[in-house]
Amino acid sequence: MPSQSHRAERVSTALAGSVEFDADVLVLGGGPAGTWAAVSAAERGARVVLADKGFCGTSGATAAAGTGVWYVDPEPALRDAAMANREKLGGYLQDRRWMARVLDGTYQQSNRLADWGYPYPVDDRGRSQRNSLQGPEYMRLMRKRAKQAGVTILDHSPALELLVDDGGAVAGASGLRRQKHDRWTVRASAVVIATGGCAFLSKTLGSNVLTGDGYLMAAEVGAEFSSMEFSNPYAISPAFGSVTKTLFYGWATFSYEDGSVVPGAASKGGRSAIARALLQGPVYARLDKADDDVQRHMRASQPNFFLPFDRTGIDPFRDRFPVTLRLEGTVRGTGGLRIIDDSCATSVPGLYAAGDAATRELICGGFTGGGSHNAAWAMSSGTWAGQGAADYARQLGATAGRKLSSAGTVAVRNRSRRAFEPAVLARAVQDEVVPYELNYFREASRLHGALARLDAAWLDVSEADAAGKADVLRAREAAAMLATARWMYRSALARQETRGMHRRDDFPDQDDRQRHYITAGGLDEVWTSARPHADAAYAEAAE
Amino acid sequence: MIEIIDAERCTSCDICVNVCPTNVFDKTDGIPVIARQGDCQTCFLCELYCPEDALYVSPFADETQPVDVLALKRTDAMGSYRRAVGWTDDTRDRRGVDRSYLLFGH
Repeated sequence: MPSQSHRAERVSTALAGSVEFDADVLVLGGGPAGTWAAVSAAERGARVVLADKGFCGTSGATAAAGTGVWYVDPEPALRDAAMANREKLGGYLQDRRWMARVLDGTYQQSNRLADWGYPYPVDDRGRSQRNSLQGPEYMRLMRKRAKQAGVTILDHSPALELLVDDGGAVAGASGLRRQKHDRWTVRASAVVIATGGCAFLSKTLGSNVLTGDGYLMAAEVGAEFSSMEFSNPYAISPAFGSVTKTLFYGWATFSYEDGSVVPGAASKGGRSAIARALLQGPVYARLDKADDDVQRHMRASQPNFFLPFDRTGIDPFRDRFPVTLRLEGTVRGTGGLRIIDDSCATSVPGLYAAGDAATRELICGGFTGGGSHNAAWAMSSGTWAGQGAADYARQLGATAGRKLSSAGTVAVRNRSRRAFEPAVLARAVQDEVVPYELNYFREASRLHGALARLDAAWLDVSEADAAGKADVLRAREAAAMLATARWMYRSALARQETRGMHRRDDFPDQDDRQRHYITAGGLDEVWTSARPHADAAYAEAAE
Repeated sequence: MIEIIDAERCTSCDICVNVCPTNVFDKTDGIPVIARQGDCQTCFLCELYCPEDALYVSPFADETQPVDVLALKRTDAMGSYRRAVGWTDDTRDRRGVDRSYLLFGH
């Protein structure tokens, strides 16, 4: 165990009804990216606090699921093939240098997991297989490692707003302790945002804690976003249930109510046919292409996939069952906070981003077909962000006497009009982002219509009074969803082509002149601009 | 959604209160209560962490369902997820049986 001096210090002079800590690094979010960030910062000698909205170990999209991991042995031919494999799917927006870094980082971190006792399976030839992780097992281990590294974990402690110093550098955050019914403040030299993406409360597995909270806090201090147009993946689940495991639907046949097959429908490369069919009526699936061996492997590999079936008496290999598509937003989309260097720093001093909170464009471009790249990104970017934040904190040196102020806006500041109703706002945002005809299949006039309503809603909430104690978390979540939807659709309008997961009915083809990234930002005024892809930037420099 | 905390099995250890990522349960002087069922995201993790198999999460994510506890106990449904992933003493060997590597690339 580390010495006491490497632990964050609890400040004894805190106001009644609150706890305060002094730390070098504050990590917001306790999923894979957050725990890797916390462990790596602590290993560099930083005093670390990790605050999770729920419980570090069960919180987030990974803990509830199983995930593939983009783990590739360090043989050049294998690595090259792994990088080339998805470039077309991602619309050629990946960056080879970053892909290589992430493959290296993922290889190293996965091997550390093995050293720490993660029970990787062994195949028939006696080789340890490291390209899949069981979420509950993985995250239970990461919580343990974070504690062993000396990290102070605050559970059920959602952050509400960031703190900034006089120069605008990020210097901590404050939030709620839901089970203690009080507030927390952490003064820190650097903050890592690892709060995940935004799935708009769609109940896609494990994702209802992922409402874009970190995006909103980061935007309030001026951070920028990138690739937010790549934010419209939908996952297949039983219509009544929450378990999304799209991989297994690769063995499914999809049919209409009358039993006839939905033409072109497939889990991979045919999900839009499912979405179109769902616009007309119910769609059914049956995993009838899975032979006995595959069925057995599925049961062993992903027990939770079978809970909805076993508990309703459905045999998914023989019976037809109704399916739906649940919006995964930027959890499986590739947009998020823009990072500006190899340490996963954002454009705001003192603020770092990791995991699904950060853009995954560098390794995924405009498409993720599976969790494996996101899992690889979480362990790699988490490690770099934690190290970067720890180094930044050390360089900053003593911070005593800094005058800090709270950067929050909507729902945490007094305004003239009545506080808004969080559930009503969340529902209004869902009405604009969940419908397939708005978000799956995009088109200028529909996007403009949705944006006009979302912008009007933002004007309303920005003039609304601070939320009461009982409502403030839900109010901030709903405001974060609203802000996320506006960056998404503004970016979607700016990309006048179809690329990656972004489909425009009015621009159905990929346009070579738009092989660039879309940056977005702003709260009251949302803006976008185009940034060149690294290849183009190098080409220009060479001219 | 979470439907059952079985009073017969629950030992008031409050693990579910701690581990639920959406803070659905509240502690009481006795066994915990399902205080905010509507916040349940049907992730089944409370069930997985319950050492007494006292919890049952219905697979219906969007609506509550009537549940017959006696039937659940008879069919061993409570605790079935924990056993399937190898989180009980006599199922430990299942922790390392992930066969996903045989399914990828399909």
